[in-house]
Amino acid sequence: MRIYVCVKQVPDTSGKVAVNPDGTLNRASMAAIINPDDMSAIEQALKLKDATGCQVTAVTMGPPPAEGMLREIIAMGADDAVLISAREFGGSDTFATSQIIAAAIHKLGLGKEDMIFCGRQAIDGDTAQVGPQIAEKLNIPQVTYATGIKKSENLVLVKRMLEDGYMMIEVQAPCLITCIKDKTIKPRYMTLNGIMECYSKPLEVLNYEALKDEPLIELDTIGLKGSPTNIFKSFTPPQKGVGIMLQGTDKEKVDDLVDRLQKKHVI
Amino acid sequence: MSFNSADINSFRDIWVFCEQRDGKLVNTDFELISEGRKLADERGSKLVGILLGHEVKDIAKELGGYGADKIIVCDHPELRLYTTDAYAKVLCDVVMEEKPEVLLIGATNIGRDLGPRCAARLRTGLTADCTHLDIDTKKYVDFLATSSTLDISSMSFPMEDTNLKMTRPAFGGHLMATIICPRFRPCMSTVRPGVMKKSEFSQEKAEVCQIVMRHVELSAADLKTKVVNVVKEAKKMVDLIGADIIVSVGRGISKDVEGGIKLAEKLADAFGNGVVGGSRAVIDSGWLPSDHQVGQTGKTVHPKVYVALGISGAIQHKAGMQDSELIIAVNKDETAPIFDCADYGITGDLFKVVPLMIEAIKETQNA
Ligand SMILES: Cc1cc2nc3c(=O)[nH]c(=O)nc-3n(C[C@H](O)[C@H](O)[C@H](O)COP(=O)(O)OP(=O)(O)OC[C@H]3O[C@@H](n4cnc5c(N)ncnc54)[C@H](O)[C@@H]3O)c2cc1C
Ligand SMILES: Cc1cc2nc3c(=O)[nH]c(=O)nc-3n(C[C@H](O)[C@H](O)[C@H](O)COP(=O)(O)OP(=O)(O)OC[C@H]3O[C@@H](n4cnc5c(N)ncnc54)[C@H](O)[C@@H]3O)c2cc1C
Repeated sequence: MRIYVCVKQVPDTSGKVAVNPDGTLNRASMAAIINPDDMSAIEQALKLKDATGCQVTAVTMGPPPAEGMLREIIAMGADDAVLISAREFGGSDTFATSQIIAAAIHKLGLGKEDMIFCGRQAIDGDTAQVGPQIAEKLNIPQVTYATGIKKSENLVLVKRMLEDGYMMIEVQAPCLITCIKDKTIKPRYMTLNGIMECYSKPLEVLNYEALKDEPLIELDTIGLKGSPTNIFKSFTPPQKGVGIMLQGTDKEKVDDLVDRLQKKHVI
Repeated sequence: MSFNSADINSFRDIWVFCEQRDGKLVNTDFELISEGRKLADERGSKLVGILLGHEVKDIAKELGGYGADKIIVCDHPELRLYTTDAYAKVLCDVVMEEKPEVLLIGATNIGRDLGPRCAARLRTGLTADCTHLDIDTKKYVDFLATSSTLDISSMSFPMEDTNLKMTRPAFGGHLMATIICPRFRPCMSTVRPGVMKKSEFSQEKAEVCQIVMRHVELSAADLKTKVVNVVKEAKKMVDLIGADIIVSVGRGISKDVEGGIKLAEKLADAFGNGVVGGSRAVIDSGWLPSDHQVGQTGKTVHPKVYVALGISGAIQHKAGMQDSELIIAVNKDETAPIFDCADYGITGDLFKVVPLMIEAIKETQNA
């Protein structure tokens, strides 16, 4: 059994986010991190590796420096990694991205017992679309919003979260599962041994040449030009005007507030 | 097969995928039908809802009351519970035959599972988690004038354009993007729950809405997943989205968590029937259940009054509450960003200020 874990390197949007005057993001000013939901996907895969000894392969599509992230994931316990990188793939929307990743996995081979794990959502693009779209392109079943994954033979039992509870879902491998963060999933750290060995483990780079003739690739729907969706405008929302800071002692501030609320008929 | 997503002129009408759980419609259905009506009027086309389930015909009429011209009902025992396989098959089959120009889906946990799967199958684009939609370009330009920092006077727009312009937050709400899908149809979007305004229900409109039952073909080979069971978390769900008054607490209650939540409850009561929400810090600490979370990864709310107690005002929190009609913030740090979006700000210790607020509000009610 082999588990492919799809990971994306993202700018850390939890801290200060710098936006350029033209409304694009100033990525250079932000730290690059492993997408948080993908950390759950990695951990779920490594747990299955602990239990079954299966092979775990990290896959990313991104610019060449993303190799550093892949080495980190190997240092956490993954066996090998694949970097999909080509100028022609840049600017892809989710339809295009998933097509390219699906083609890469198809080329590497998806066996009867294999699985693909993704994060549910990346914190930059925020669409949560890439996972389900890879599954569709490969014609395999999907389960999204997973917090627990158990496997026996080809049957996989997944706990899928809903807004008001959860479902237990049984699915046949090969399948794709998107993972979310949960208190019960604690991503592990890199180990010392892992760090020492991570540069000696295999890392394959797939470029445009390697993928362009794959049956799942449609050359007219990849990259910035081919993507079905286009960004028409991007902009920053205006800050709502600063309101009134009430002055005086606590009691005076509160009385002033209540007075204003009464005048507005809020109370 | 004759379906070709690139033959864009053969597609017409605005469609809404209507979600049901336990045979009941969900709130996003009414929001999306209301929004869909607006778009259908802008485009001069029909508004059609599509409802999948088992024995759900009787609930379809209600959707007409919010503006649908027609509801297509797909009934099959395998559609009683949501599965990606069955729903994607049925929805895509009908879409390929009927060719809607626009397909809207609620961005719920189910919609965000179904939408991308179908878009990939239909070979078209999908815009995620939209918060604003326009067809009419003039309306879109008006929207930009009030909701962006762009200098629209220096820009030119294709005024005849009839592509759906789908606006959504990205990068954790730091950036808004308007996305179009010009070369393929249907033009698909998932729409964030709680954002679109539900219109008034009209019994007359419900009566004239056409209900069409549609034959569904599903075989065992189509179904590769099986729902073993569904577990409802046995907890009282808070209805943050429907609430008029929300009092939310943040990490600022940490020195007395229980006391802080009690104060918030009392203040919510004093305002009249309010509910208590929380920042993600509070939910992550386990102080309130997750359905109380307000913000980008929680709920988007627009109550009449939103009170933020001990919440710093991170952009992800603001994304869920800044469109409230009136915002009051209490924070001991006068530089807290929450004050940037508050109508009234009080710097102070919430444990001292809130009891005074409760008392003062009660006094006005007794006077
Ligand atoms: C402002 C903005 C708005 C956008 N809006 C849309 C939109 O509405 N629709 C649309 O189709 N595209 C959109 N895009 C493009 C989209 O962000 C990119 O296609 C992106 O490469 C993948 O989407 P995501 O970040 O949303 O990933 P998600 O779909 O949220 O990611 C889910 C999971 O898929 C896997 N994954 C995603 N990307 C990769 C990767 N490169 N390598 C390996 N695994 C990966 C990871 O496991 C990840 O956790 C937008 C881009 C921008 C800048
Ligand atoms: C991808 C992503 C998604 C996110 N989604 C959400 C989301 O949906 N919702 C959300 O809320 N957050 C979300 N966050 C987290 C967000 O960035 C902040 O970390 C979070 O909102 C902080 O919560 P807080 O304001 O309660 O805590 P803090 O930022 O720690 O602020 C506590 C505040 O309380 C004040 N305070 C302390 N003691 C007192 C007192 N006695 N009286 C008065 N004031 C006091 C302090 O001055 C401080 O301003 C998200 C983050 C990421 C990265």
